[in-house]
Amino acid sequence: MALDRWIALIILMICLAYGYAAFFTMDAALPPFMKRNPVWPSTFPKVLSVMAVLAALFVLLGFEKGADDPKPMDINYRRLTEYKLGQALALLGLMAAYALLLRPAGFLPATVGFLTAGAWVLGERKLHILLPVTAGAAGVVWYLVQQVLGIFLSPWPAFLTNGG
Amino acid sequence: MLEGIMAGLGTAFSLTNLLMVIGGCLIGTFIGMLPGLGPMSIIAIMIPVAISIGDPSAALILLAGVYYGAIFGGSTSSILINAPGVASTVATSFDGYPLARQGKAGKALTVAAIASFSGGTIGAVLLMIFAPALATVALLFHSAEYFALMVVGLSAIAAFAGSGQVGKALLMTLLGLIMATVGEGALFNMPRFTMGIMDLQSGFGFITLAMAMFALPEAMYLVLDPSRSSSGSGSGEIKDLRITKAEAKAIAPVIGRQSIQGFLIGVLPGAGATIASFLGYAVERNIAPKEEQEQFGKGSLKGLAAPESANNAACTGSFVPLLTLGIPGSGTTAILLGALIALNVSPGPRLMVDEPQIFWAVIISMYLGNLILLILNLPLIPYIAKVLAVPRNYLIPFILFFTLMGAYIGQNNATELLILVGLGICATVLRFADYPLAPLLIGFILGRMLEDNFARSMQLYDGLGFILERPMTLGLLGLALILVVLPSYRARRARLRAGGAADAD
Repeated sequence: MALDRWIALIILMICLAYGYAAFFTMDAALPPFMKRNPVWPSTFPKVLSVMAVLAALFVLLGFEKGADDPKPMDINYRRLTEYKLGQALALLGLMAAYALLLRPAGFLPATVGFLTAGAWVLGERKLHILLPVTAGAAGVVWYLVQQVLGIFLSPWPAFLTNGG
Repeated sequence: MLEGIMAGLGTAFSLTNLLMVIGGCLIGTFIGMLPGLGPMSIIAIMIPVAISIGDPSAALILLAGVYYGAIFGGSTSSILINAPGVASTVATSFDGYPLARQGKAGKALTVAAIASFSGGTIGAVLLMIFAPALATVALLFHSAEYFALMVVGLSAIAAFAGSGQVGKALLMTLLGLIMATVGEGALFNMPRFTMGIMDLQSGFGFITLAMAMFALPEAMYLVLDPSRSSSGSGSGEIKDLRITKAEAKAIAPVIGRQSIQGFLIGVLPGAGATIASFLGYAVERNIAPKEEQEQFGKGSLKGLAAPESANNAACTGSFVPLLTLGIPGSGTTAILLGALIALNVSPGPRLMVDEPQIFWAVIISMYLGNLILLILNLPLIPYIAKVLAVPRNYLIPFILFFTLMGAYIGQNNATELLILVGLGICATVLRFADYPLAPLLIGFILGRMLEDNFARSMQLYDGLGFILERPMTLGLLGLALILVVLPSYRARRARLRAGGAADAD
């Protein structure tokens, strides 16, 4: 089965779960006075779930023939291992690490670390250029966000700013 | 209307807003030139900045400037290195890149800039004529018609998604609508589908979703396939930006025709700049004299002017449904709509009546934006084009960083970044399987409004009676059904016929 139909299957599962919640669990918590309303919080989700299940089945059962040739600008997922998959996964990991470290480590160390590690993953080895560039960029962005946009971004690790 | 235009002129020509247009155009050109970053990603990244400005007119002017700049920048990278950042500039590279290879990069850029300028300006004039007329009609609509109109818009987006794509686009739209029901809405005052997760209480963040749907997959594609960002051989010296009188005379009628055609295509929801540019190219090739036809694809100035004027006019055209009906016809206008809602402006027919200065300031800033691109950006292009030399190893981490910062600034919440990464992975996989992502975002943004209008109509008519009692609603819903069913039915019939023919062989 092609990837698009596997995805349709997954979406179908999600829609069925969503529909189950809309049809069978949501209305129980509804206060009695709202039951007289012609429209309930579950009304629109019910309509959506039925339509989405039908659309997912339509794609899943292959009623529609997809384009045969991959577009020239696109990536052929069947040969994914021939692309730089390792780099992509490493960068996604770095993004998740950045999300988790942004508050505890502070904006400046986390950003310099993320940008340097990201470039390193992609094959950059000239640290004497890389480090000043990332440090400068992190500083400029921090200044713009904090001072110009006025959005608070803690620059240093929490233990330094909280007075130990 | 005249008062509105004057108010708009006053707003657009204030010093801050002029700086916004100039800044927006420059930033847009700069980032738009980077291969693989389309206008949608750039606008998504710029939204937090625009929202923090606070003034809706200034924010919208900035974003519109970024939009034009990005399209212009995209054309530049198509011409110089044959790396179209977005689908709508693919047709530009057909003749633009051969011209650059012949050493006429400067001429090609000038033609592209003039064609874009004319397309954008003619589009803006048509917008000034069409939008108020449409808004007057739309003022007669009730919530039932709005509901039906949004359904038509969403179906049209799915229907124009291309052959073999209607089902997928429809599924993506519905998924977007489903995602919009997550969280606590104003309508019922109770959390829905949050699965007990506190961070979902306020629903999915619109900026997070926009970043995850466009900027992140684009960056992942750049990582996976290094050839997408590789600088071709054409990025040599750019000189001699002038074109001759005879050349100008040859491209003038092309620009005129394609600006009007592009605008009309742009007004249709879902059709957009890509179809306009390809269609413009095809039409001009077909009506050109025989000897000129052979030049197409080898460096014809007409072949360059056609898609450029058509795609800019279409971009302007796509503002018509956004400003008058509040219904976005493309991914980019959907992101703009999200930004407007975040700024407490509700686009739609009331916009022209209630806040004429915003409505007209945006239209006037379109003229300004086009003018600035022509007189300011064009001479700067040789310098801005240096950005194409930024090594990939630096470019990609920075794109990812700005994506993360956009989501963080928008929500001020580190969990949002994890949601962004998760949704981004899903979006990349969806793109592998050729699922269109813009319908999901459009569905998500329209979801709340669609449900509001649906609920209001249900309450007014005490049930589904509004569909039968209001002929216009019924007609519009019928149209939506036809839009969705017809392409699949025709494709199926064509396939059956082709299958039958193949069997007979």
